[in-house]
Amino acid sequence: MSVLETTDFRKQVVEEVLEVYPEKAQKNRRKHITVKENNECSSCAVKSNAKTVPGLMTARGCAYAGAKGVVWGPVKDITHISHGPVGCGFYSWANRRNLAEGEIGVDNFVPFLFTTDFQESDIIYGGDKKLEKVIEEVVELFPNTKGVSVLSECPVGLIGDDIESVARRMTEKLKMPVIPVRCEGFRGISQSLGHHIANDAIRDHLIGKGPKRDVGPYDVGIIGDYNIGGDAWASKKILEEIGLNVVNIWTGDSTVEMLQNGHLVKLNLIHCYRSMNYMARHMEETYGTPWLEFNFFGPTKIRESVLKIAAMFDDYIMEKAHAVLEKYEAEMQKVVETYRPRLEGKKVMLYVGGLRPRHVVGAYEDLGMEVIGTGYEFAHGEDYDKTMANIKDGTLIYDDVTAYELEEFVNRLKPDLVGSGIKEKYVFEKMGLPFRQMHSWDYSGPYHGYQGFPIFARDMDMAINSPTWKSIKAPWAK
Amino acid sequence: MRQIAIYGKGGIGKSTTTQNTVVALAEMGRKVTVVGCDPKADSTRLILNSKAQTTVMDLARERGTVEDLELEDVLVEGFLGIRCSESGGPEPGVGCAGRGVITAINFLEENGAYTADTDYVFYDVLGDVVCGGFAMPIRENKAKEIYIVTSGEMMAMYAANNISKGILKYALTGTVRLGGLICNSRVVDKEQELIEALAKALNTQMIHFMPRDNEVQRAEVRKQTVIQYNPSHPQADQYRELARKIENNTELTIPTPLSMDELEALMMEFGIMEM
Repeated sequence: MSVLETTDFRKQVVEEVLEVYPEKAQKNRRKHITVKENNECSSCAVKSNAKTVPGLMTARGCAYAGAKGVVWGPVKDITHISHGPVGCGFYSWANRRNLAEGEIGVDNFVPFLFTTDFQESDIIYGGDKKLEKVIEEVVELFPNTKGVSVLSECPVGLIGDDIESVARRMTEKLKMPVIPVRCEGFRGISQSLGHHIANDAIRDHLIGKGPKRDVGPYDVGIIGDYNIGGDAWASKKILEEIGLNVVNIWTGDSTVEMLQNGHLVKLNLIHCYRSMNYMARHMEETYGTPWLEFNFFGPTKIRESVLKIAAMFDDYIMEKAHAVLEKYEAEMQKVVETYRPRLEGKKVMLYVGGLRPRHVVGAYEDLGMEVIGTGYEFAHGEDYDKTMANIKDGTLIYDDVTAYELEEFVNRLKPDLVGSGIKEKYVFEKMGLPFRQMHSWDYSGPYHGYQGFPIFARDMDMAINSPTWKSIKAPWAK
Repeated sequence: MRQIAIYGKGGIGKSTTTQNTVVALAEMGRKVTVVGCDPKADSTRLILNSKAQTTVMDLARERGTVEDLELEDVLVEGFLGIRCSESGGPEPGVGCAGRGVITAINFLEENGAYTADTDYVFYDVLGDVVCGGFAMPIRENKAKEIYIVTSGEMMAMYAANNISKGILKYALTGTVRLGGLICNSRVVDKEQELIEALAKALNTQMIHFMPRDNEVQRAEVRKQTVIQYNPSHPQADQYRELARKIENNTELTIPTPLSMDELEALMMEFGIMEM
């Protein structure tokens, strides 16, 4: 099929899939789905960051998930308290796959989570006193903790617990930052607001309040890398090899001091724009710290990004950057030579959070694969703008895609691989389709950097070319 | 068993009216239970002749959960065998008093506080129906009959109208009905006529006009109702009359709350508001 035919076919698919909805829902959903066409005004293509239609199965999370699960959870040298009934804390315990160096319980508290475990009487009488007691107990249990984050669950917002004043009192008493984060799950329409609230808490309670530090000429920070499967370490490795000095990572493997001193760098490098652009902007506006977006998925994007980053510094860094690109060229070429013949022409459909639906496209293309459909759970307009530049005409784009829509799109577009999350994994694997989790890297990783690309290539090959699929036949299939 | 809830603006005299009326009903031989739905816990002191009793929520807090409570800990018999309970709740400005009311009422129900021989359960509810918790007494299977205590003062009438809106919501989906307005006189000009007119506009009746009498205060400082303190006083007869009227009341209606304009027009008509 020509690009034009493909585009028309996919537009037809969208119409067919949406047909089952009642008129109002259909009208709503149509605005969230498009097929990229030549010269299309990208910002008006897809409606995003809007309330999910009730009754449709969304994969979205809540503000608490965004603040606790994404931004605050990976900060390793402070302890975290989930303030409210036990469920939110229990099910978010141990966080995502945010790897962190350090001795667990000594200077790494990522696997832990405390909860104020609200009972009926805490709702009725308020949980302030209990919170204060829990903070004291936590610090007594783990005297090395460098601070405490207090993450509000829904009921706290309803009964109006004054967690700010508890935090203020305890900050003074314990001589360490106690950070109130008002991330009640009912706020906003997805986890995206939780990221914003978490950013605001860093702004209000930490930034600029750390021990003073001189800024070296090559000091940089990585913003918005949560070190899933060691991603941040892989990115850091490249930056250090080109002569830069990574002093902060937000918030994978990070410390409270890194958050306090985030502005004390020459340049902030932002990977996940959606979850941390707020603080990147704040640091620029308030402290004059510039920031730059980059992408370390796959050798093509790494090359582009490394040169872009080096251009912000002097000849010394630029020279080293070229040397690094050269150093890894052969290795990357070998990866491509190994896997490209096995993956060439394979089609991928993605549905991830707020960054990867566009950021990983280049890595797939390095392997000769084609992304034919992609979409975000909680992206905003500017994310879709950035996406358009990274995808080909005819690519299907879906915002906050519902379980039904994604299943139907996959059924009709027939990709060779689906990349999404745990909620989608078994649906597609049971359909006999290769699948990779693109939030957690399916317990693999890292996928970032030169270190990550061979693993990424291997994992995609393993999924697509697994002999398993030849043996699978649904019992009802002929 | 009739379950009755008393609402009205804060400070209008709900608790005083409820307790005096309940004592009159008990005097008539009725078996009555009073449930205070207010964190202040002042709905039973005139019957128990004591300071505030131990509340359901305070005891639950002390012991851990409501499941740790025994009914007899929080349901106490007072004057003329009237059974008294207080929901209790937080001090002002913290927590969720509404949830306290829900928890306490559920506890009383589940633990059999309303025995078969009970003729009346009275819920004395805090101020306005500010949130779902304070609507608990008028939700499904709880109070089916509401009386609103008001006076001829403007804010009391605003509150009465507002409470009617709350009742309307639950009346349309359930069996709760408005039994009438009780005018607890503040000696306002043309007060009786005004409240009668308001009652008519709300599709209800002014079931009783309670004159103002300092004997009520004299009894109250002794932690007693008028009937206990001075049974032959004319004010005691007023409460007896109100009790009789409630006992015989068959005029249970779905209220028709007024718009702000209508309410203000009514007040202007009676000279409370200037043009």
